[in-house]
Amino acid sequence: MTGTGNKIVSYITLALFIILAPLLFPDYRTSLAALWLLIIVALTWDMTGGQMGYNSLGNIFFYGTGMYVAAVVGISLAYDVADYTNAAGGGIYKFTDAQYFTGMLVGSLAAGLFCAVSALILGWLLFGLRGPYFAIGTLGVAIAAGELVSNWDWVGGGQGIALPVYPYDLDQGKLFFYYLFAGLGVAVFAFCAWLYNTRFGAAINAIRDDEEKAEAMGIHTLRYKLIAWSMAAFFVGVAGAFSAFQLIHFEPLETAYQTINLGIFMVVCVLLGGKGTLWGPVIGAIMFHVFKEVTWTYFLGWQWVALGALIVVTVVYFQDGLMGWLKTRRPEWFGIRVEQKAAIAEAAE
Amino acid sequence: MDQIFGNLQLLFEFPAVNLEIIIQGAMIGAIFVLVAYGLALVWGVMNVKNLAQGALVIAGGYVSWWLAQRGMPVLVGIPVAAIVLALIGGACSGTPIDKFCRRHWRVAIVFAVAMTVVMFAGLYTTAPGSAWAAYEGVGRTFGTIGGIGLFGILVACGGLYGLVISRVIERDLFTSLLATFGIGIMFEQLMNLMFGSDTQSLRLDYDSFSFFGGIVNVPVAKLLAVIMAAALAIAVIIFMKRSRMGQAIRATAQDARAARVLGIDTERVYAFTFSLNAALCGAAGALVVLVWEIMPFYGIPYSVRAFVIVTAAGLGNLPGVIAAGIGIGVMEQYGGHIFGIGYQQAIAVLLLLLVLLIRLAQQRRNRQVLQ
Repeated sequence: MTGTGNKIVSYITLALFIILAPLLFPDYRTSLAALWLLIIVALTWDMTGGQMGYNSLGNIFFYGTGMYVAAVVGISLAYDVADYTNAAGGGIYKFTDAQYFTGMLVGSLAAGLFCAVSALILGWLLFGLRGPYFAIGTLGVAIAAGELVSNWDWVGGGQGIALPVYPYDLDQGKLFFYYLFAGLGVAVFAFCAWLYNTRFGAAINAIRDDEEKAEAMGIHTLRYKLIAWSMAAFFVGVAGAFSAFQLIHFEPLETAYQTINLGIFMVVCVLLGGKGTLWGPVIGAIMFHVFKEVTWTYFLGWQWVALGALIVVTVVYFQDGLMGWLKTRRPEWFGIRVEQKAAIAEAAE
Repeated sequence: MDQIFGNLQLLFEFPAVNLEIIIQGAMIGAIFVLVAYGLALVWGVMNVKNLAQGALVIAGGYVSWWLAQRGMPVLVGIPVAAIVLALIGGACSGTPIDKFCRRHWRVAIVFAVAMTVVMFAGLYTTAPGSAWAAYEGVGRTFGTIGGIGLFGILVACGGLYGLVISRVIERDLFTSLLATFGIGIMFEQLMNLMFGSDTQSLRLDYDSFSFFGGIVNVPVAKLLAVIMAAALAIAVIIFMKRSRMGQAIRATAQDARAARVLGIDTERVYAFTFSLNAALCGAAGALVVLVWEIMPFYGIPYSVRAFVIVTAAGLGNLPGVIAAGIGIGVMEQYGGHIFGIGYQQAIAVLLLLLVLLIRLAQQRRNRQVLQ
């Protein structure tokens, strides 16, 4: 009984901290929002990468696509998109408050749904690929999408799209976007916590452990893989839509389809925290974000070298991540009972 | 759309344009072949998918460019780039120096940290606006000593192979992708810090042969690069067929365990394969800097194309790699001509996806046959 009591108290403390953090540290609002974005993409990456064993390097495709779909839908509710993105047109476009917020709401939903559907289609094409080929294939999709979009004038080509600014006070806008991202992050976390304890979670774990056996046991693997990826894509798409409105201006190669930035960061976050665990991606995202902010501030110019070194060291020497490391060191914390004899025999080997 | 049709029409109205595109594509493809063959070796023998391939190419280019800036004849750069890259790749792995570093790894770490501190101290002194501007000469010396020391300790500890690659061979396949990606980022950024982000090139001012009234141009420099690439490829083929090491590499690729049983030191074979790959990339980079231009971030296209070629051609199939490399060079040129130059990168990536999907469809058919 005290166990659940403790749990409730700690969750309430956490919730209070999440709500109060931007008010306590007003200078870090944007940075905290970025942290939530990292948590969201890391959690959703882990849905397929850690829990299902399909390491996608192309989840950033959904982020970028979410941005573009949200922007195009949001603009098209008020104006003609081709006129709006035409840089030479020189038109001035004003958005009323109502237009701004309906644009954001409808745009985000449309982005999520579009990404979910495109994940179904892409997954149908790519899920036959195994292991590294899947990673290379999805990476290819993300790079190709970025290149194609940057040549597509209707959505602004290489210059990208400039969205309207948040209509009220700018500081209030930062707070607003923080709560948007935090709300989505909490929702994704709760969703994952629920999902991994259902039959569905067990099925995708079975696919990770041995796909052939899972199929032999009667699990329709392709269907499960498609659904898992499209759920991940939905959340990434919505997160991308929020980012589009938060950043105001974005362009295809460096912001939307930023393959070598966010596309890799999410994987590193998950590996740092621990693949295939619920808290791993969250903790990893926090660790990574702190590392990133510190190096970006104090080692300016060398930050990317430090980041590359972090990736190499994490992947090569510390691949189980923090949670994996704790799991082997302190299995009793995770409710795993270790047979004393077996453990000794294993240690003796 | 109209533009695309116009470009297509041009191809039929002037057949010589086709010839020009094919020649250009084949010349580009010849250099891709070197990079792709290196990847095929590493992939086939060690099962490591090296995403740092492009970064190694650009590093080779910078070695050659740096030498030429200091007055060396341009062609000297090619072998020197190959040697330097082989050292970085892991040519020292398994030698007494490497064993010494491994036994006294604490000393090695302390040395590396000390050299880093020395280098950063030097960089700090020479930074613009530094309070220590009077000691700029000392700072520069410190920076150089630190840099050389770091490079030395990297090489002495077995280079990339000894530090990273040897630890990912037996692991999950995704590990090698990410680890080499991290190496690629580090290399790119280090080159950016060392040489700046400008594009650099060593254009050889030779003439071009012109045919068909100037429609088909064959620059002598590019022809020279193709000939050297071909010579290098032939040398590697002979090496793989004739030498003991080449035979050992092929044996390890076929069955590493059996090779070990028969007394082949597979660790050494792995180290040698990786440094051979790095050397091939370095030589390719030295050729690239002669005919096009390099910049720290130009590596990714080479990695992508190497992956396209190897996935299309399969592992350990050099004729296939050559055909696929030249084919992809030609297809890219055609794509660039028809759709516009902005689509060239997209076309290379889409070709990769196409190859993957075709292979997938083939596998599905095979599985159905089995059923």
